[in-house]
Amino acid sequence: MSVAAVSSPSRPHLPRWAAPAGAVVLFAVAYLAFRGTATLPHDDEAAPFVAITELREWVDANKNSNPLFLYVVNYVRLLVGWIHVTLAGALHALGWPGLIGLMGAVGWATGGLRVGLLGVAGFAAFGVLGVWESSVDTLALVGTAVLLSLATGLPLGVWAGRSPRLRRALNPVLDVMQIMPTFAYLAPMVLFFQIGAPAGAVATMIYAIPPAIRITALAIDQVSPAAVEASTSLGATRWHTLRKVHLPLARSTMTLAVNQTIMMALSMVVIANLISAPGLGSDIIRGLSRQNVGIMLPAGLAIVVMAVVLDRTTMAAARRHRGDGGQPAGPRWTRVAGAAVLAGAGVTLTYALPAALVAGWPAGWVLPMAGPVNDAVRWAETTWYDVTESVKNVTSEVVLNPLQELLTSAPWWLVAAAVLLLARWASGWRPALTALGCLLAIALLGLWEHSMVTLSMVVVAVLAVLGVGLVLGVAAARSAWFSAVQRPLLDAAQTMPSFVYLLPALALFGPTKFTAIFASVIYAAPPVVRLVEEGVRKVPPAVVEAAVAAGSTPGQLLRKVQLPMARESILLAANQGIVLTLAMVVLGALVGGGALGYDVVSGFSQRTNFGMGFAAGVAIVLLGIMLDRITQGADRRPSPHRRMFR
Amino acid sequence: MKIRLLAGLLVLGLAAGCGGAKVEDTPTSAASPPATGASGGGTVKIAINPWVGYEASANVVAHLLKNELGYTVELPEIKEQLAWEGFETGDVDVIIENWGHPDLKKKFIEEKKVAQEAGSTGNKGVIGWYIPKWMADEHPGITDYKNLNKYAHLFRTSESGGKGQLLFGDPSYVSNEDALIKNLKLDLKVVTGGSEAALIKAAQQAQEQKKPLLFYFWDPHWLFSKTELVRVNLPAYTEGCDADPKKVACDYAEMDLDKIVSTKFAQSGGKAYELVKNFSWTNEDQNAVADDMTNNGMTGEQAAKKWIEANPAKWQAWIPK
Repeated sequence: MSVAAVSSPSRPHLPRWAAPAGAVVLFAVAYLAFRGTATLPHDDEAAPFVAITELREWVDANKNSNPLFLYVVNYVRLLVGWIHVTLAGALHALGWPGLIGLMGAVGWATGGLRVGLLGVAGFAAFGVLGVWESSVDTLALVGTAVLLSLATGLPLGVWAGRSPRLRRALNPVLDVMQIMPTFAYLAPMVLFFQIGAPAGAVATMIYAIPPAIRITALAIDQVSPAAVEASTSLGATRWHTLRKVHLPLARSTMTLAVNQTIMMALSMVVIANLISAPGLGSDIIRGLSRQNVGIMLPAGLAIVVMAVVLDRTTMAAARRHRGDGGQPAGPRWTRVAGAAVLAGAGVTLTYALPAALVAGWPAGWVLPMAGPVNDAVRWAETTWYDVTESVKNVTSEVVLNPLQELLTSAPWWLVAAAVLLLARWASGWRPALTALGCLLAIALLGLWEHSMVTLSMVVVAVLAVLGVGLVLGVAAARSAWFSAVQRPLLDAAQTMPSFVYLLPALALFGPTKFTAIFASVIYAAPPVVRLVEEGVRKVPPAVVEAAVAAGSTPGQLLRKVQLPMARESILLAANQGIVLTLAMVVLGALVGGGALGYDVVSGFSQRTNFGMGFAAGVAIVLLGIMLDRITQGADRRPSPHRRMFR
Repeated sequence: MKIRLLAGLLVLGLAAGCGGAKVEDTPTSAASPPATGASGGGTVKIAINPWVGYEASANVVAHLLKNELGYTVELPEIKEQLAWEGFETGDVDVIIENWGHPDLKKKFIEEKKVAQEAGSTGNKGVIGWYIPKWMADEHPGITDYKNLNKYAHLFRTSESGGKGQLLFGDPSYVSNEDALIKNLKLDLKVVTGGSEAALIKAAQQAQEQKKPLLFYFWDPHWLFSKTELVRVNLPAYTEGCDADPKKVACDYAEMDLDKIVSTKFAQSGGKAYELVKNFSWTNEDQNAVADDMTNNGMTGEQAAKKWIEANPAKWQAWIPK
C-alpha cells in the first residue's frame, strides 16, 4: 500500500526507495525555500485563549445563579464531595491498627495468608514511610473515584456487552479517553467543579472508567451463547438471564475490570493534586517545587506499595472466581475466620490502645528517609555532574534544539503536508485525514508553536524508547536468563504511576526539557521492550533453524530474519511508545519540560492564563490522536514477510 | 441508569431545601467543622504557597495555633491564585503572606465578599531581576537595563533559543516578565526553572563557578546573606505604572505583604482568627526560620519551634487574651 508499491507497476525500473527519497528531497527543498515564512508564532493573547478565559469568568460569576450549575453541576459536586468526606472520615476513624487489620483481612479472605500479610506489611509501610495521613487521603480519593467508576461503568459495560450498537457508539469515545494524557482532564474539572477533592475525584473517575466499561462489555459478550440459549429456552426473562447466567459467568473477568479501574485511578489520583485534591500527590508536588527528592521519595514509594497491595488483592479475587491459578492455602472457612480475627483485632486495637498512640502513626516508628536520601542525591549530583551535564547538553544541542528549530521555523503547510503523507504511507487515507484535521485544529487553537516543541520532544523520546526497547527486547528474546531477570522488573515498572518517574529524572538532570524526555523514556520503555521481545520470540523456530542451517551468523539472523519478521510487533511498540511518551512528556512540564504541558500548569497557576491552559489540554489530546492515527496502521498493514509465510 | 442518577440528584435537591446548591455549600464543612470560638477544637487550613519564606510564616503560626490555642492545623499545598479560589470552596481559611494581587482582592474581597484582609505581616517584599556579584564587577553598566541587550549573549543557554535567558521560578509566581521584555525591547527569553529551589541552585552555582546568570528573585530571602547578588535596575517604579499588566515597563514596587482570610474564618474563627490578625514580624525573623528550614536540615515544625523558643516576647504579643 505504500507509495512505492502503488507506483511500481507503471514504472518497474524505479527502485523501492526512490519515492520516499524523492519526497524527502522535495520537503528539504521546500523547507529551505520557505523557511521562516507562514510560521505560527505563539501569542499568549490568542483569540481562543481569551474566549475561554472569558467563559471561565462567566462561569465563575454565574455558578451560583445559572440553573445548570444550581441544580445539576453543584449537586454532582456535593454528592461526590459527600462520598469522599464520608469515606475519608470512615478510613480515618478506623485508626491505623484498624485499617491495617482490615486490609490484611481482605487480602486473607480473597487470596490466602500471603496476600493478607502483604496487605498488612504494605499498609504498615505507609506509616513507616511517614506518610500515613496522606496515604489515607489518597486511599479515600481513589475509593471515591473507583466507586463512582464502577457504579456507572459496570452497568454501562453490561449494557454495551449485550448491545453491539451501543458498543460501536462508545468505542471511539473510550478510545479518546484512553489516548488522552491525564493532564488534559484537569482544566475542564476546574471550570465546572472548582478546585479540591470533588474535582479531583471526578477527573480520576473519567480517567479510570474506560477499562471498567470495556472489560465488562467483553466479559458479558464472551459468555457462551449456549448457556444463554439454554436459559432463554427455559423461559427465563432477560433480566433473569442477565442475573443468573451472564453475571455469574462473567464474574472473574469483571473482577479484572475492578483491578484495572483501581490501577488507572491510582496513576491519575496523584495528578489530581495539581487542582488541590488532598493526598500523597501533595507531598510529591511539594518535593518537586522544592527540588527535594527526600520529600518526594516516601510519597512515591507509598503510591507504588499501594498499587502493589491493591493489585495483588484484586487479582487474587479474580483468580479465585475463575478457580484456577492455585487455590489459596487452607479451606475457605479458615481463611474467612482468620480474616475476621485479623480485622477484629485491628479495630479492637484502635479502641483499646491509648488515644494518643492511635491518633496518628507514632512518630518514633517512622523511618527518617529525607536526610540520607538527599545526601545520596547530592552525592549523585556532584559525582556524575560532568556526565549528566554533557549527556543533557549534547542531546539538547545536537538533537533536540535543531529538531525544534526545524519544526517551528517550517511553514505550517509544509508540516501539515508531511504529516498527511506520512500518515497516508503508514496507515492509509482515512487516518491520514484525521491526523491532518487534528493538526489544523491545533493551529486554529493558537498553539502551533508550542505543539511543535512538544512534538519535537516526543519524537526524540520515541526514538530513544525504541532504541532501548530493541536492545533490551532482543536481548530478552535471545537469552532466557536475561528475560527471567527482566520480567519482574518490567512488571514492577508497569504497576508504578507515571509521576514516580519524574523523581530520578529530576535528581539526575535538574529541571530541563531533557529531564522530561528522560522520564518519558523510562516510563514508556517496559511495554515497548515487551512487545519487541514477543515479536522476536514469535518468529517460527523452523525459519530460524533454516537460516542457521544456511550459515547465518547471529547478527545476520537478527537483521535479516528476526527483526523483519517481528516488524508488526515493533510497529505496534512504536505506536504504544508514542502514546505513552506524549503523556509523560507533557507531565514533564513539572520538571522543566515546557511547551504544551507548561501551558496547562500555567493555566492552573495564573487566572489570566486559564484559557491558554485549557486550549493546551485540548491540543494535547489532538496531538495524541494525530500521533496515534499516523502509527495505528502498524497492526493492520500487511507485512510482505507475513504473506510469504502463510 | 442516567434517569436514576438524575432522580437521586433531585431527591438530594429536595432534601437540601430546594434552593439549589451554591458553591459555598461544601460537604467538607460538615465533617470537619471550621474553627470555632471555643477553646481549642476546630481546624484551620493555611494554604502553603511554594516559597520557603511563606512556609516559615505559616509554620510559626501553625505551631502557635496548635500548641498555644489547641487547634488542628492543615497545611494544604495550594498555589497563590488557586488559594484565593479555596476561600470560596472552603479549602482554605488563611493565606499568610499575600503579594499584592489587586485583581484578586477586587474579585474575592469586594465582589464575592468571600475573603477579607487581616493586616500586614510586617514583611516588606520586593521582586526584581538579579545577577551574581562577579558579573557586576566584571561588566560595567550591566546593572542598567539599557545595557542588558549588549550583554544578552552572555546569558544564552541550551533552553533559551538564541536569546539571553531570564530564569524564572514557579509558574504561579507574580510575574510581569513577558510584558517587561516586550515593552523594554530586551533580547531575552523567560525560561521557567519551575521552583524556588531551581533559582537558588542556579544563583549559588553562578556566583561560585562564575557562570553568567540573570534571574527573577525576591526579598525577603535568606539567600542574600549567603550569596552576593546584585539587582538589575529597571525603569523606576512610579505609582500606577503597573496598572495595565500588558503595558508594564517599570520595576516591581516594594510591597507591604499582608494576610488574607476567608470571611467565614473571620466571622467564626475566634481566637485563631485573632492570632492570625495579630501575627506580624520582621524580614530578619522570617529569614532566620527559612534559613533553618533550607540549610540546617530542619522541618518547618522544628524551625518554627526553635524561633518560638528564642523569641517569646514577640509571639506572646500575638496571642489573644
